[in-house]
Amino acid sequence: MAGFATGAGRPLQGRGGSPGFRFALYAILSIAFMVLDQRFDWLERAHSVMQAATYPIELAVSSPVAAWHWVQNSFATRDSLEAENKLLRTQLRDLEVRSMRYDALAQQNAALIGLRQSLPPVASRWLPAEIVNIQLDSLRQRVLIDRGTVNGVTASQAVLDDHGVVGQTMHVGPWSAQVILITDPEHALPVSIARTGLRTIAVGAGDSTSLGLPYLPANADVRVGDVLVTSGLGGVFPPGYPVARIIEVHKDAVQPLAHVRAAPFAHIDTDTEVMLVWFRHDSPAAPLSERNGELTTGDRNIQPLPTPAKPTPPAQAETAAKGAGAKESPAAIHNAAAAKKAGTTARSTPAKPTATKKPEKPPT
Amino acid sequence: MSGSSPRVAMLKTVVGALILTLLPLPSWLEIIRPGFLALTVLYWSIAAPRAGGITLGWICGLLLDAFEGPILGEHALALAFLAYIGVREHQRIRSKPIFQQSLIVFAALAFYEVVLFAIDGWSGHPLTTPLRWMPTLTGALVWPAAAAILARSYRPGA
Repeated sequence: MAGFATGAGRPLQGRGGSPGFRFALYAILSIAFMVLDQRFDWLERAHSVMQAATYPIELAVSSPVAAWHWVQNSFATRDSLEAENKLLRTQLRDLEVRSMRYDALAQQNAALIGLRQSLPPVASRWLPAEIVNIQLDSLRQRVLIDRGTVNGVTASQAVLDDHGVVGQTMHVGPWSAQVILITDPEHALPVSIARTGLRTIAVGAGDSTSLGLPYLPANADVRVGDVLVTSGLGGVFPPGYPVARIIEVHKDAVQPLAHVRAAPFAHIDTDTEVMLVWFRHDSPAAPLSERNGELTTGDRNIQPLPTPAKPTPPAQAETAAKGAGAKESPAAIHNAAAAKKAGTTARSTPAKPTATKKPEKPPT
Repeated sequence: MSGSSPRVAMLKTVVGALILTLLPLPSWLEIIRPGFLALTVLYWSIAAPRAGGITLGWICGLLLDAFEGPILGEHALALAFLAYIGVREHQRIRSKPIFQQSLIVFAALAFYEVVLFAIDGWSGHPLTTPLRWMPTLTGALVWPAAAAILARSYRPGA
């Protein structure tokens, strides 16, 4: 039997009222906190302060692991270092060769779409961040990184690694930030299939190795091996960043929606370092953002079309998808109601273009 | 070890529990990791209901919210509720043999998880996987060991 140390006979009623009263007090306080946090985001600042206060504990917890890595690194053998060096040299040469034609292609592209000024690069600043090795919540896919507002990090900022999209920042403290990974069940990422351009939404499945595409109709043109890239909707990621590869397509004749799973490119479970990226909003390839209630992307002066296209049926579907995407990602990661709204809008949208595109092809 | 007030011991054990909560583990261990902070709060609210009690639970809950809550105040409310159960029933729980204590702890932790579950749902962050109930079970299983260890951290009058 566990020994309960203090004297059992003492009366409980002391200062502060009865336990029931005290509990009621704290319950009201907690509920007030929750309502303020949920409805008005007033406590974002409080969250930031608390994250600053708890960061030392987080560092302390992660330090043994970090120290072990440091020891391992500093005793790495000469051979392995040389091998790594060689590998890196090869990779660098590879990349240089590949990027050699980039400038020429960029100019060509600029000329092709009739831009007078050359294209500014879409990313303006990179900052590497280390993942603090602690467990934030075992069932949600979130990690903590060692960069915060002092480094200019803001909420809803893109986080990438060298293979693809990792996630976006959520609660940002002064020296640390929580990152919600694309595999979190609450994260929805507007993507498009690179081969067909079909837009949909990739939702996290709750484990670090798969994403679900729950809103693809059963007759959608999607195959195993298709590459998903960001579609640029949602205002967080510019279009074209690699996200995942489709690993499973299951079409059931009686189900209106296909069951599709994809494996993310980013090494989400083994990454120790990620990249925070700032995007230029005047780049034509910048993520879509909402200004004065109107969806815009890039610099209006250098855009060939001053007004959005007339709402023909496919275009209508497109704008609806844009609205859904824009609503879902930047502001409302912790507002699943909005995400759900985005989801339902998206559910109806991809169905439209595919239905108009190839009505003759029956789903077999 | 011993002080005139158990507050020092409380602080130490709460920090210890927080470290155990945040320690990175392999994923199968993560799933069965019991809620160490909840166990600590429950222990102190039974062992020293006047010193810590509901206030301790609420503060620990806020700490937990800073780390993992989708919404500020969620764990604060749930842990205050858990502490309230402990404080209210502390005499009854203390007098039970350890096996029965584990059963009571299981029920209390289940209430705690139900509160979290409900708030998760209401605030729009539902987490419906049955795995979320694992810590309740493992918490009740490790209760005898946890209570014995926590009991050593503070002896009144020693």
